[in-house]
Amino acid sequence: MQTTDTSRMTFAKVKPGTGLRKALEMTPGQIIELINDSGLKGRGGAGFPTDLKWRLAADVDDELKYVVCNADEGEPGTFKDRVILTYFADLMFDGMTIGSRAIGACKGIVYLRGEYTYLRAFLESKLAKRREAGLLGKNVLGKQGFNFDIEIRMGAGAYVCGEETALIESLEGQRGEPRNRPPFPVNTGFMGHPTIVNNVETFTWIPCIAEKGAGWFHEFGTEKSTGLKLFSVSGDCGKVGVFEFPMGITLKELLEKVDGTDAKAVQVGGASGRCVPACDFDRTIAFEDIPTGGSIIVIGPQRDMLKVAKNFMEFFVDESCGQCTPCREGNPKLLEGINLLLEGRCSMNYLRELCSLGETMQLASKCGLGQSSPNAFLSIVAHFKDEIMGRTPPEKGTICQTNWNETPRAPR
Amino acid sequence: MLISEQEQLRANIKRMINDFGNNRSALIPVLQEIQRQYGHISEYVMQLIADILHIHPVEVYGVVSFYSFIGHKEKGRFVIRLCKTISCDMQGKDRVARQLENDLGIAFGETTPDRNFTLEWANCLGMCDQGPALLVNERIYTKVTPDSVHDILEECRKTFGAHTLQQKETLCKLPTQAV
Ligand SMILES: Cc1cc2nc3c(=O)[nH]c(=O)nc-3n(C[C@H](O)[C@H](O)[C@H](O)COP(=O)(O)O)c2cc1C
Ligand code: SF4
Ligand code: FES
Repeated sequence: MQTTDTSRMTFAKVKPGTGLRKALEMTPGQIIELINDSGLKGRGGAGFPTDLKWRLAADVDDELKYVVCNADEGEPGTFKDRVILTYFADLMFDGMTIGSRAIGACKGIVYLRGEYTYLRAFLESKLAKRREAGLLGKNVLGKQGFNFDIEIRMGAGAYVCGEETALIESLEGQRGEPRNRPPFPVNTGFMGHPTIVNNVETFTWIPCIAEKGAGWFHEFGTEKSTGLKLFSVSGDCGKVGVFEFPMGITLKELLEKVDGTDAKAVQVGGASGRCVPACDFDRTIAFEDIPTGGSIIVIGPQRDMLKVAKNFMEFFVDESCGQCTPCREGNPKLLEGINLLLEGRCSMNYLRELCSLGETMQLASKCGLGQSSPNAFLSIVAHFKDEIMGRTPPEKGTICQTNWNETPRAPR
Repeated sequence: MLISEQEQLRANIKRMINDFGNNRSALIPVLQEIQRQYGHISEYVMQLIADILHIHPVEVYGVVSFYSFIGHKEKGRFVIRLCKTISCDMQGKDRVARQLENDLGIAFGETTPDRNFTLEWANCLGMCDQGPALLVNERIYTKVTPDSVHDILEECRKTFGAHTLQQKETLCKLPTQAV
């Protein structure tokens, strides 16, 4: 059952504009200090401390700085940003405005994924209302010398553009190929100027923290992962949708709340996350244990784990930008290996080689896509070896579309 | 192409580039707008854009070929993109795919001979809790079943008479089932 209840979320209880007004009474330094006290970490998945990112950008001396909101939400199983954009867009814009004040930017860009084009007109109308209300434009809220406006730019259907440097490349009119880091966007971002890139949800928490205080945020979560978080829950459970839970929740507790206790595994963090088997359900979702951008895919007892792995690997073969070799060549190789497993034609030695290829990709790929694409495969191999080895070959064409004559044999 | 048609195209593109800011950063918004209006980016258009922006046409081609929503190949008036990623897969996207192929008489990656429909795969559309999901141009459909495929196609066919642009506008309304 689809059970998203936005009225019960914290975002519904914070009035747009109130947090922004409070924040604008502070100095930029005080805003960053407040975020530091709250312990807020990036909600896009990587969990980088937000205050540190902002401080680094604030410290650079430049006339032009940018605030970029990452609304590319491409991770399979993630849809919380869509819910925020639909119901709490004003809070998110408040957060971007506070960010611009903190780092001294005068321009904000929302990078909205192409698949969400149907939200664009709605968001533009929100922005127009904000301009009328003096929340954007010259001297925001009467604050002399504080000018800030927001523009919406559309993505064009490329998952890798969620990676912050690829996103900036895309904004600059290039192919969405990730850059080498350093230099980081906080120094050399959009058009070479200091840029902070944050997730939709990260920005939306900012005015809540400004309104309710850093101490309030600390009441939730763990020492290293403070606060609340939105989770996008889908798959084989009774209740699917967007839920707000504190960080540090165990998978067991989470599954009880969404009626999914009979799950055999949970994919945490989407395709680039990892597959957690039932025996590990007492682990916690937190940056120090199992991190996630909010994607929770519940995998029921009837599912074939190898097909799950195959679906993820096909995703990465599609979405790799092709710039670096480990990722461009490695993902198809792993997919080929999964097909061999499905056909019951993979030796243990070859499986070990595939795993070591996966580990190489984790180390040698240029960006997070290739570094994390083997995760799902590796964790499924580690926990479900019994299920995936020694299969009887399926009848022609039933499971794999791979041409039998062309499928390479496992070496040795 | 008629000379006047070419000139019209050129003027149209020039105006777009001016609107979006005459620099490299305007390239993708311009390409998106051309894709929306003309359904694809022809080689001639790539050359035109390159000339106006003073960049090499290969640069334009590189961008066109990178993004899955921008393309060189001509597409149908309605581009149907069915999500094939995990949650929709678990919710039965295969049967929806089959029915789409049956009702349209084409395979994925193809366009109907009357140029009305193009069928494509997409990755996660952000509707995983309400799958299987598909996009028709900019409009999202959720909880699609094999038997609702017919209704979706009929809805598109009904708008055939309408002017292309007008029709696209009705297709980008905020869906009531967005959450
Ligand atoms: C392949 C790839 C895809 C990503 N996609 C997204 C995305 O869709 N949304 C997002 O917020 N962050 C995404 N990220 C993370 C961003 O690079 C970046 O860390 C994030 O926007 C920072 O914001 P935060 O600190 O607020 O989380 C992605 C990273 C990688 C490597
Ligand atoms: S890891 Fe993959 S997506 Fe990232 S730069 Fe390399 S090829 Fe591109
Ligand atoms: S998996 Fe299909 S919309 Fe996310």
